[in-house]
Amino acid sequence: MARAQSPRRMILTTLAAWTVALIIFFPVLWMILTSFKTEASAVASPPELFSASWTFENYVEVWARSDYPRFFWNSVVIAVGSTLLGLVIAIPAAWAMAFVPGKRTKDLLMWMLSTKMMPAVAVMVPIYLLFLQLGLLDTRIGLVLVLMLMNLPILIWMLYTYFKEIPGEILEAARMDGASLWNEILYVLTPMAIPGIASTMLLNIILAWNEAFWTIVLTTTKAAPLSAFIASFSAPQGLFYAKLSAASAMAILPILILGWFSQKQLVRGLTFGAVK
Amino acid sequence: MGKIQLTKVRKSFGEVDVIPGIDLTIEDGEFVVFVGPSGCGKSTLLRLIAGLEDTTSGVIDIDGKDATNLPPAKRGLAMVFQSYALYPHMTVRKNIAFPLKMAGMDPAEQDKRVARAASVLNLSSYLDRRPGQLSGGQRQRVAIGRAIVREPAAFLFDEPLSNLDAALRVGMRQEISELHQTLKTTMVYVTHDQVEAMTMADKIVVLNAGRIEQVGSPLTLYHEPRNKFVAGFIGSPRMNFIDGAEAAKHNAHTIGIRPEHITVGDGPWEGVVGLSEHLGSDSFIKVEVPGLGTLNVRGPGELGVHHGDRVKLAPAGKMHRFDADGLAI
Repeated sequence: MARAQSPRRMILTTLAAWTVALIIFFPVLWMILTSFKTEASAVASPPELFSASWTFENYVEVWARSDYPRFFWNSVVIAVGSTLLGLVIAIPAAWAMAFVPGKRTKDLLMWMLSTKMMPAVAVMVPIYLLFLQLGLLDTRIGLVLVLMLMNLPILIWMLYTYFKEIPGEILEAARMDGASLWNEILYVLTPMAIPGIASTMLLNIILAWNEAFWTIVLTTTKAAPLSAFIASFSAPQGLFYAKLSAASAMAILPILILGWFSQKQLVRGLTFGAVK
Repeated sequence: MGKIQLTKVRKSFGEVDVIPGIDLTIEDGEFVVFVGPSGCGKSTLLRLIAGLEDTTSGVIDIDGKDATNLPPAKRGLAMVFQSYALYPHMTVRKNIAFPLKMAGMDPAEQDKRVARAASVLNLSSYLDRRPGQLSGGQRQRVAIGRAIVREPAAFLFDEPLSNLDAALRVGMRQEISELHQTLKTTMVYVTHDQVEAMTMADKIVVLNAGRIEQVGSPLTLYHEPRNKFVAGFIGSPRMNFIDGAEAAKHNAHTIGIRPEHITVGDGPWEGVVGLSEHLGSDSFIKVEVPGLGTLNVRGPGELGVHHGDRVKLAPAGKMHRFDADGLAI
């Protein structure tokens, strides 16, 4: 039964929720506001929340100074490519772990997750040298590969959680009905797990889109995505906060739109299994 | 054809022997029911026949061919699960047609077979619905439809009526029996409900702790139980067992008498009625008899006795005798 809330308690809860939401959102808000300020206003002391002179100039200049569509396209290819390739590997892996677990499956899952606990910089040199040898530096395929590998543990973990929720009897029924392993995954498991696969995919696209370490280390110009585009506005001559903010806003806008439209799916995905 | 033969079939999970070794022959066209208490290994045995579990040792022959190591799909069997195990994202039509699609059957032939199965099971008007839009009984019929379209050598049922309410269960029980009469295909049915076993089976296999206690027709098991376990498991309410001096009078360690074989009125045993249940068609009473313990009595119609009444009882049917090992004498 739902608990009845007094009006006072509801007002307090609402206020608390808005406060927390604003604290979390404040850096993004500050960035967006700064992107419409002049450089002088952006670095004014004390800081100005609202500038006296709003301008679109930063956006115009950022657009003119760089090839935004190329960076954007690279981000799309790298984020979507690494996610799709990751799913091709993660779906069978999660299937095996969920439905035919061995004695060491739990250990294997923990080991995979533990690789995420290692700082990326620890393997920077070997990966850089490997990419150099294989001619993968500054290529989209190289970034697709590295980001896929970096996010694979999360993909497998999330899919494993979804697959565990699917009753094993349904897969056994498919086996009795003559489905091969491939048909079982294709016709039964995947359609049933589509909500889970979709939210895993969305989360992975967001993670890959926002990834900044490998994309900056392993690219220069040709394959550089939007994270490198932002970094290109932090010049040695000094920081141009307003332009940097405009570049950042332009970089996050596509993923913000994607996140906005898919928020229902994402929230369902991230809280899946939390409440039965 | 659908003869299934198990020879020394054994199944262990790690150190635990769930099925220590079973020999059993299921003849073509027979309706065989595996019955036993929870954890007796009846579902495991069915899954071994289906191929959903690997045998630890032993041989499973289906129609004279060694099927021990064949995958489930290659055994020519169809299974109906307790949870129905329907594909929730497919319509009833697609659910029923799924095994045919997997067999690569021509779509026109698929449609024909689905229509035939739907008509047999009264599902024709639900073909475009999804399982979520059906009642429990309809879902179970879809699961049966999915099994019959394949025209399998044998049907395997794993407690298929457990999720249905009592009224629906009786109806579905009759439908499955009629289906067996129509198709004349071998059916292997697992249940813990001995009423289902008694009403549906040609042959009952009573299992206990992974071992077969007795195989026989329902009435053989009722009239001639091989041991105390079978005597106690078959029949409802369960058989009364009496040890001690009363049993010794009959040259037995234990005597067993069914509740319906005790009359109320005059007799050598006297006691006080505890619980009494009056169903109209039958009366069930529990009588505390000094020296014998609590006796269950089942009488036709209204017995006219109630809680606290003092009554006399008499054995009025077959008395079963058992030795110290629980085996029938």
